[in-house]
Amino acid sequence: MKDVNGCNIVDMLDLSDNQLVKLSKNNTFSLSLEEMKVIQRYFQGLKRNPTDIEIETIAQTWSEHCKHKTLTGIIRYTEFDDTKAQKVKTYKNLLKETIFKVTMELNKKWCWSVFEDNAGIIEFDSKNGVAFKVETHNHPSALDPYGGTSTGVGGAIRDILGVGLGAKPLANTNVFCFGNPNVELREIPKNIHHPKKVIKDAVAGVGDYGNKMGIPTVNGAVHFDNGYISNPLVYCGTFGIIPKNKIRKKVNVGDLILLVGGKTGRDGIHGATFSSLQLSYESDVNAVQMGNPIIEKKVLDAMLNARDLNLYRSVTDCGAGGLSSAIGELGRKTGAIVYLNKVPLKYSGLRPWEIWISEAQERMVFAVPPENKNKIIKVFKKEKVEAVFIGEFTKNKRLIIKYNNDVIANICMVFLHNEMPKSTKTAVYRIKKEKLQKSIKMSDDKISRTLKTLLSDLNICSREWIVRQYDHEVQGQTIVKPLQGNSIEISGPGDASIIFPYNIINGTKKGVVLSNGLNPQYGKINTYKMAASAIEEALRNAVAVGANIEKIALLDNFCWGNPNYPKILGGIVRAANACYDVAKAFETPFISGKDSLYNEYSIICKKYSIPSTILISAIGIIEDISKTITMPLKNKNNKLFLAGITRNELGGSVFAKIINISDGIVPSVYPMESKIIMKNIHMAIKKNLVESCHDCSEGGFAVAASEMAFASGKGIIINIDSIKTDMCPMTPIEILFSESNGRFIIEVKCENELKLREIFKNAVLTEVGYVSDDNNVIFESKMHKIRIKENTEDLLKAWRNTLNW
Amino acid sequence: MKKVKVLILRTAGTNCDYETQMAFELCGAFAERVHIDILIEKKNKIFKYDILAFPGGFSYGDDIASGKILSNEIKNKLGDIVKKFAMSGRPIIGICNGFQVFVKMGLLPDPNVFEQVSSLYYNDSGRFECRWVYVKIEKKTRSIWVKNLPEIISLPVAHGEGKFIPKNKNLLKVLSKNNQIVLKYSSKDGNIPKYPLDPNGSSEQIAAISNPEGNILGLMPHPERYIFALQHPNREGFDSKYGWGKIIFQNAVDFVK
Repeated sequence: MKDVNGCNIVDMLDLSDNQLVKLSKNNTFSLSLEEMKVIQRYFQGLKRNPTDIEIETIAQTWSEHCKHKTLTGIIRYTEFDDTKAQKVKTYKNLLKETIFKVTMELNKKWCWSVFEDNAGIIEFDSKNGVAFKVETHNHPSALDPYGGTSTGVGGAIRDILGVGLGAKPLANTNVFCFGNPNVELREIPKNIHHPKKVIKDAVAGVGDYGNKMGIPTVNGAVHFDNGYISNPLVYCGTFGIIPKNKIRKKVNVGDLILLVGGKTGRDGIHGATFSSLQLSYESDVNAVQMGNPIIEKKVLDAMLNARDLNLYRSVTDCGAGGLSSAIGELGRKTGAIVYLNKVPLKYSGLRPWEIWISEAQERMVFAVPPENKNKIIKVFKKEKVEAVFIGEFTKNKRLIIKYNNDVIANICMVFLHNEMPKSTKTAVYRIKKEKLQKSIKMSDDKISRTLKTLLSDLNICSREWIVRQYDHEVQGQTIVKPLQGNSIEISGPGDASIIFPYNIINGTKKGVVLSNGLNPQYGKINTYKMAASAIEEALRNAVAVGANIEKIALLDNFCWGNPNYPKILGGIVRAANACYDVAKAFETPFISGKDSLYNEYSIICKKYSIPSTILISAIGIIEDISKTITMPLKNKNNKLFLAGITRNELGGSVFAKIINISDGIVPSVYPMESKIIMKNIHMAIKKNLVESCHDCSEGGFAVAASEMAFASGKGIIINIDSIKTDMCPMTPIEILFSESNGRFIIEVKCENELKLREIFKNAVLTEVGYVSDDNNVIFESKMHKIRIKENTEDLLKAWRNTLNW
Repeated sequence: MKKVKVLILRTAGTNCDYETQMAFELCGAFAERVHIDILIEKKNKIFKYDILAFPGGFSYGDDIASGKILSNEIKNKLGDIVKKFAMSGRPIIGICNGFQVFVKMGLLPDPNVFEQVSSLYYNDSGRFECRWVYVKIEKKTRSIWVKNLPEIISLPVAHGEGKFIPKNKNLLKVLSKNNQIVLKYSSKDGNIPKYPLDPNGSSEQIAAISNPEGNILGLMPHPERYIFALQHPNREGFDSKYGWGKIIFQNAVDFVK
């Protein structure tokens, strides 16, 4: 091989260890010394140096982004609890021993495809499945929030187009973690965007892409913490419907490689490998991709036609690593030859390796049987989509790339995919001792003010400013919406959204529910409890609108700092163990997931790591969409019940932050209690016994009850003394604001009370108040002589006015 | 009896075509989604249909301005037959992006003139607005699309450019004199609304207009997203199953029958 047409030979056969490290660093390969040495040995065996395109291919394939090498590598883990006792364990593959393990052990028949394709697939009905995927797009969004989030949405949608033989996207979800938008400019480090700019651009990016695709953005979450100022988090997810007979893909020797969609440019170079580096002011903005939703919409329209005409055997999207990853993956078991000159370019001047790894957007790669060559081109041409054959799948198990008739890459697929050395990392976790706070007392007036401060807190307040910039009703199928109110003028926060896919599946009565759970504040104290609570919150949200916990699947998304620090990796190990324990107990399998590590930013040698963050997303099937409910109260004189036990759990709560206490116990999850409650609620909704339902999360019972009231304009009278607590004594204030898991507020007609109690005879259900005939929200305790009175309009105003630009 | 045939015209960026198709089919029509290139190839195909629908979306990304490129394409390549179809009295509806296309090619307010005399411009809020609003049906409207509706109904809007602006004040007088204003944004009790119930700041709160004869309707709200009661935020419909939006499609189908 020789230097040709801008393709260079990388002189590496004789390099020393230090030189190998430098080579990797200078070229953004993000490869470790060990990995560089394996590559060196491979080419020493071939008795030649690699070309730049070869080593780039290996770097993409072995990137953290594509291989999840930290979480599937070897981890030596040590845990200390508060008694200094020590627990040691070695994980050979953390993901396999926790997240995958739950799914394997639960072995649900309705899980059709797990952890093997671009998205997980569960059964919708006998003929159709639902595919769901949530991805992170953090690094690009830090550099260019608009470009980052818009291509994040585009990428999540392509994951769904690229699952099986392609699913039709039904809805998007978006979750953000930002710095406080009200922080003073002088507190922002140099070269960092102010959080307000990040938020505005990030929301615009999601809106522009999702709205133009005609896919409703129906659910999400936003969390604010100044730990995200220099490294915001952006999660983008999509789910879609796929016919059962289209979920298996295969590639035959002789199939042609068809590249479809956008042209290739220099945008998104090194996106995959750059995501395993810390960010700094030197980070290259060229790593951010550029989106064009209309091209992707045309690809969507055309490819689903081609799918239904059975014109191709396999498909995948060009995501991280570009063509390198897409073709490398599709041709893994066969081999492939690619003619790089045939790739349509946005402009000339790209070097071969840039064409090969560019993450230019809106591109899909298909394996097409030669006999369908002309037919499939016609289908794409009809929608004015560019489609070009760029090579074919071969039987020699080698990846060969030709450029101007020269072979510029020739590597063995087995080496590329199977010979990455396993990393070994050390992890340590010290379980912090949590201490009960001093008993909290306040005057009535102060409680009232605190309630309003909570409602207007960034982590509780209305997200209406964001939600209404997203078309959340396009396709007409969003029957449980993100904002819910009894009339058009008022609204409260819905727990989950439901899509009724009547446009796609004629005559169906079924629906798909989507929800999320996230609370990084708990993770600052205990990452196990954070993950456990996130799972429960996602499940509670789905159950509150009518989902059946026996038909819910989960997705995990880990966002952490640099895993080379044992303490940071230790937090991941703890969280992964919580995922296993809690998902197993609830019998809710994981079907897909993602991790984004190295979320840290360096400023003058100082490194800022994000708060450890796990997002859990839940997807479930609703049997009958008429048996679903929303959270606003419905009618005066109806009774209010609280299901579940309130414990003294204020650790990491919004209340603790507001009154500035650092003590407090972080909420635990009691799956055996919660699971029964969730089953009961589903049963009660199915029997039409529930008028409205809302789960208690951030801000606790008082916030949840207030939200139900102001979303309906109806008053409530709550007897705090009747709320069931556990053994640990609590003051009324602690009862009102504790964030204990496992609790739902349920509105019931008086005549249905007995039937509801009958269903709940095996769980805690307490009558706590009723819906009044005015608009006053009253919490009272006769025992402690407390009476708080606010009206729904003032509470709604407090909730609405924070994020309102 | 023969089935009423509906042509739903789509192009790159159209994205409300499926639900519009479902809305017509639910009313007993046969609705077909047709790509504009197919129609340009065989222009006279249009006369096989009884109703023409321009659905919502972002045609060609709304580059330049919303609906602008598609309106030029239609006017230049299909202008004569669309005009002929309109003059024949057959029902035509343009929803959201479809309405934007109508005013920009001048099919509304008057296909006889076929010149742009009004526009749909950026919302006063400067943002995309996705929310439910109340609309009042103008008493004197001649539109065949809004019969059998109560005075005020609620419908969802979802647009960034929905502010109706006439070329001059006289146009508003003409529209009013010819009873071409079909829907106005309203408060719950029929008064002039403020933001957000007025989602865009349209002149005279105009949400929909028709041609003088009343067979062409252009509207910003999305009736196709309210064919079931379940789609309403509070699950209210004209009966326990269907939403008020369905009546709008039913009116056109019944008119043809």
